[in-house]
Amino acid sequence: MSTVASAEFWAFVGVVSGIYTVLALGIQLEFGFAGLLNFGHVAFMAIGAYSMAILTVKAGLSMWLAAVLGILLAAASGLLLGLPTLRLRGDYFAIVTIAFSEIVRYVATNEDSLTGGSQGTINLSGPGAAAQYNGQWERFQAWLQQTLHIGAKDAAMLLVVWVVALGLTAALALAMRTPWGRVLKAVREDEDVAASLGKNVLAYKLQALALGSAAAGLAGCLYAWQFSFFSPDDFAPLLTFFAWMIVILGGLGRTFAVPVGALAFGLVFAGTRFFDFAPFSYFDSAERAYLRLIVIGLLIILLVLFRPWGLLGRRQEALLE
Amino acid sequence: MLLQLLANGLVAGAVVAIAAVGVSLLYGILRLVNFAFGDLMTLGAFVGVYANVAGGIPIAAATVVAMAATAALSVALEYVLWRPLRARGARFMSLFLASIGLALILRQAILLVAGPQPRSFDVDPYKVYVLGDIRLSVGQALAFLVAVAAIVVVGLLLGLTTTGRSMRAVADDRALASVAGIHTARIVVLTWILAGLLAGLAGVLAGLVQSSFDPNFGFALLLPTFAAVVLGGIGSAYGALAGGLLLGLATELSTWHGFLGGVDPVYKPVVAFVVLIAALLLRPQGLLGRAVRAA
Repeated sequence: MSTVASAEFWAFVGVVSGIYTVLALGIQLEFGFAGLLNFGHVAFMAIGAYSMAILTVKAGLSMWLAAVLGILLAAASGLLLGLPTLRLRGDYFAIVTIAFSEIVRYVATNEDSLTGGSQGTINLSGPGAAAQYNGQWERFQAWLQQTLHIGAKDAAMLLVVWVVALGLTAALALAMRTPWGRVLKAVREDEDVAASLGKNVLAYKLQALALGSAAAGLAGCLYAWQFSFFSPDDFAPLLTFFAWMIVILGGLGRTFAVPVGALAFGLVFAGTRFFDFAPFSYFDSAERAYLRLIVIGLLIILLVLFRPWGLLGRRQEALLE
Repeated sequence: MLLQLLANGLVAGAVVAIAAVGVSLLYGILRLVNFAFGDLMTLGAFVGVYANVAGGIPIAAATVVAMAATAALSVALEYVLWRPLRARGARFMSLFLASIGLALILRQAILLVAGPQPRSFDVDPYKVYVLGDIRLSVGQALAFLVAVAAIVVVGLLLGLTTTGRSMRAVADDRALASVAGIHTARIVVLTWILAGLLAGLAGVLAGLVQSSFDPNFGFALLLPTFAAVVLGGIGSAYGALAGGLLLGLATELSTWHGFLGGVDPVYKPVVAFVVLIAALLLRPQGLLGRAVRAA
């Protein structure tokens, strides 16, 4: 039981939940508010993380500038993908976006000279030279620890991630109260009505997709800094589904449900990693990883079956049908 | 070289075609984009490999066991999952998400039971059939012959039997079929049986074509299968057959050096995804379908 009680455990769960909050806010905006079925969300996370790492290591840019460019590139990719595909029917759009995210992952796996290939970012400067993109991040964390008198590095990361996550949640909540947000919801409810009122439906959808993709790009950067190394397999379609599960778990169309859903998900996902008591002790760590995903698969099905409006959503406003 | 690629493309395409018919029928009749179909194929391949290698029964019998297992599971899931979901008024989005959850459970359960290591069927890995310039492994040759036979059987089943005609009628217009006296609930169960049998068969054959496979291989086949379904026109069973063959050929031939120097073979899956996206953008009604205004 020792691991479950330790501070590191809770810090880890917290950091993971915070990063997933940022990722899932993109889905909340795209589906919860604009009705877009983006099932390739993880592609934009990959684009953000890889652009940041590549521009830092290969182009020698400041890591902060590289991160901003990475987020902008993720948003631009969302625009480029959406421009030809957003006029497709919802289910077709879903399939196209999954295919897009797999294309991104294959390119990252096979273009060794650009991304370091399947061995990941450690290979960014070519074989033999261990590449690091997070020197500036480490210095920033050390500075933060010193300034705020925080003892543990984990605690500093926890603070940064949640300031970003809650800031973004508040920003989305505010944005949805503006006329822009109301039009977006109108597009979700009935495109034809929105169009007949003279609103450019495609433009609103594109904006939602670009902003959602930017959130994914930011989540990618945070992920990269937290783990200080990543490879193409970190961006499997599974992550997209995690983000979807968080949004549905919390409640579709409810901005502040996203961090709650992410915390609940983080507890299930990261938490079960440390369950070392019976009956979990009968399985080795690889088997526990499989079990964890079985539990998540079951949760998705049970949610869809019994509580499609989520923990905090309103039954009358259920968007899942 | 070109002939060999053509042969490889036909072999891969025939297997994808079988899977694509299953996916297309489920979409046509249940409006379900079944994300778990790839992992159901994996399950078929693993049941087959256990029966064939651990159980020591011949590959043909092992294939039947695998098909029976995936069909039984499909029918069971209709009763415990899909029917309750439909009864609650679940539409495309909920069904799709539930199939994603199911896909996760299936694949992780296979990993839990069988482990991540690659498996192979008990066929001679060194024996090769030579036809002129073309060389085919035993697995490839077997898979191709069985796949073609299965395609013919499915084609006849859908075209000539009452059940097959009813299935296509339900896919075409559920309300009209119901009014015409077709028992739709029975057709749904029969569709699951057929789709389950096809998933098991496609899984075993895909495992034979690749000399070895792991629990992730079915998921990797899912997007090419979707691409074949879209190429043929979503919901059309005959279209899916044609789409599968076409996709297999396109994927293999893209690596031919005469085609703009050839695509690097590691990007073969990407070719399938690009075909998928292009097909959806240019001809969402399928290659042979007529454009209709979406309701």
